[in-house]
Amino acid sequence: MIEGILIGLETALSVKNLLMVMIGCFSGTIIGMLPGLGPMTAIALMIPITYGFEPSTGLILMAGVYYGAVFGGSTSSILINAPGVPGTVATSFDGYPMAQQGKAGKALAIAAYSSFAGGTISAIFLLIAAPSLSKVSLAFRSPDYFGLMILGLTAVAAFSSKGNFLKAMMMVVLGLMLASVGQDSLSDIPRFTFQNMNLADGISFVLVVMATFAMSEALTIIFKGNDPTKAAKQISLSQLGSIKLDKEETKKMVTTIPRSSVLGFIIGVLPGAGATIASFLAYGMERNFVKDEEKEKFGKGSVNGLAAPETANNAACSGSFVPLLTLGIPGSGTTAVMLGALLGFGIQPGPRLYQTNPEIFWSVIMSMYIGMVVLLILNLPLIPYIARVLATPRTFLIPLILFFSVTGIYLISFNNFDIYLMIGIAVGATILRLYDFPMPPLILAFVLGGLMEVNLRRSLLISDGSWSFLWDRPLTAVIMLTIVLIVGWQIYKSFIKKR
Amino acid sequence: MKISPSKIISLLFFIFSGFYLYTAYQIRVFAFDENAAFNARTFPVYLGYAGLIFSALYIILPERKPSNVDVSILEYKKTILLVVLMIIYGITILKAGYFLSTSIFLVLSYIVLGERRWIWVFILSFPFVAIFMYLLHGLLNIYLRDPFLKYLGIIG
Repeated sequence: MIEGILIGLETALSVKNLLMVMIGCFSGTIIGMLPGLGPMTAIALMIPITYGFEPSTGLILMAGVYYGAVFGGSTSSILINAPGVPGTVATSFDGYPMAQQGKAGKALAIAAYSSFAGGTISAIFLLIAAPSLSKVSLAFRSPDYFGLMILGLTAVAAFSSKGNFLKAMMMVVLGLMLASVGQDSLSDIPRFTFQNMNLADGISFVLVVMATFAMSEALTIIFKGNDPTKAAKQISLSQLGSIKLDKEETKKMVTTIPRSSVLGFIIGVLPGAGATIASFLAYGMERNFVKDEEKEKFGKGSVNGLAAPETANNAACSGSFVPLLTLGIPGSGTTAVMLGALLGFGIQPGPRLYQTNPEIFWSVIMSMYIGMVVLLILNLPLIPYIARVLATPRTFLIPLILFFSVTGIYLISFNNFDIYLMIGIAVGATILRLYDFPMPPLILAFVLGGLMEVNLRRSLLISDGSWSFLWDRPLTAVIMLTIVLIVGWQIYKSFIKKR
Repeated sequence: MKISPSKIISLLFFIFSGFYLYTAYQIRVFAFDENAAFNARTFPVYLGYAGLIFSALYIILPERKPSNVDVSILEYKKTILLVVLMIIYGITILKAGYFLSTSIFLVLSYIVLGERRWIWVFILSFPFVAIFMYLLHGLLNIYLRDPFLKYLGIIG
């Protein structure tokens, strides 16, 4: 493991890769800060650029963007009470009241230190957990993988649906349907191409991500007549107050950070749960742990109330990389985008990545940590300046997002058809978003579609067409039982509990 | 009786799934694969049925959390204009070249969204695209097809 860490450090600390981490963190912070545009959009916008780089450099850039976007989301939560991403909603509960009391600088510092500490602790967990789990996951067979993929999709649908599980499941099926377009991977038989050569290779992953996130988010803002930068115009972004913390505040953080890190990491590892649930659970847990006197301050600018969700959401980000790197199965929409990018580089994440491409495996882990250091050293002092991005008028912001999206797909295909297809999918996604049909399950399903079919094919061929492979092995049976429990719970919640 | 938009979308998805399933059954597989445990048709057929089941359930079951969207406040005109601009951008990008089509797309989009600060409209279009192209083409070595700039002899 030490050797691996050194390989990772050597790769991550090269001048080029360090520069990429900085660029990634900086641009991620800017994009993540804009309400409505989260890490998925930030990463999606970066994918076409990364295709010109080596895989490790490209991934390091994307990891930087990811952490930067999460940090940026916290900034807009604290300053204008407009969380850039759902994972930072809990941050606004105490961060925004602190900003209103003239302690915006302090709130940003608490958020940055907590994120850093949470990220550091979870990076250590990741260092320990990932190689061990890689070895364990070598015992996984096709039926287990197939079961795990269904589990991931069901869990993401359950957690991202906000009570509309069936809507989320429709999006899962739509994502799988889109993934089935093109030649069959084994027999090369064309499917759903309608004799159009442009569809023979299937629909590009970048196209679907750009259309369903970057482009449709921009169109939704215009369609709804929202102005995400309106709140920023009402506050002074250059006078945020001191970022220094006193002894008592530091003491409070010291007790909060370890427990929130452990909770955040565990939640992050679970498929579908992710940063949003981790931050809310950490907030709730912290409220139960503190003394009554501090409990009263929750929602009014509590240090513990701000540190807990910030620590947990960053720890969950690291945790979400565990299933991606060890099993090759993303547990969230953001890691699904990362998986798509990895596949684009010709790298198949999974238990063998640790052995076949150790430099990629370790450099991604190490660069996450370096990314957090960059956020703390560079981004925090620059926040008063970066925060001015929040005041960018939407009249400029939206066309620039659309331009980046079209450019992204143009750079990959040089094909008009792909641009039209992207616009079509984006318009469809905008309407679906309007009526609360969630997009993360669609992306996850699109990314997993090919792998799911391969594993189902192997499982059915091994069991001679019988579906008994779903319960023949104890591991597969446990996974299937978990799926049944999730679906059962959703049905109970939606149709029985409310009656 | 008023049908909610979410149910209409689900109904459309039901029809789409039906069409998908029909097309899935039309996939031609090799003769020796016809009765195999798994062929190119198997997975899409399951997906088609899954789509039909989930959308049918949504249509049949009562809505517990209906989405409340006030359609009267939606900005149809601006959104449609932006989509049309993007389509025109898509048509012209290969013929007119990246620089010209992108710059004009940006200028028109800013105007459609109500921007009238002309200096910023100019800066964030032609010079901005030129710098962006230099970054991609000049520094990152990413190929950009541009017949217009090639004709002018600016790029090779």
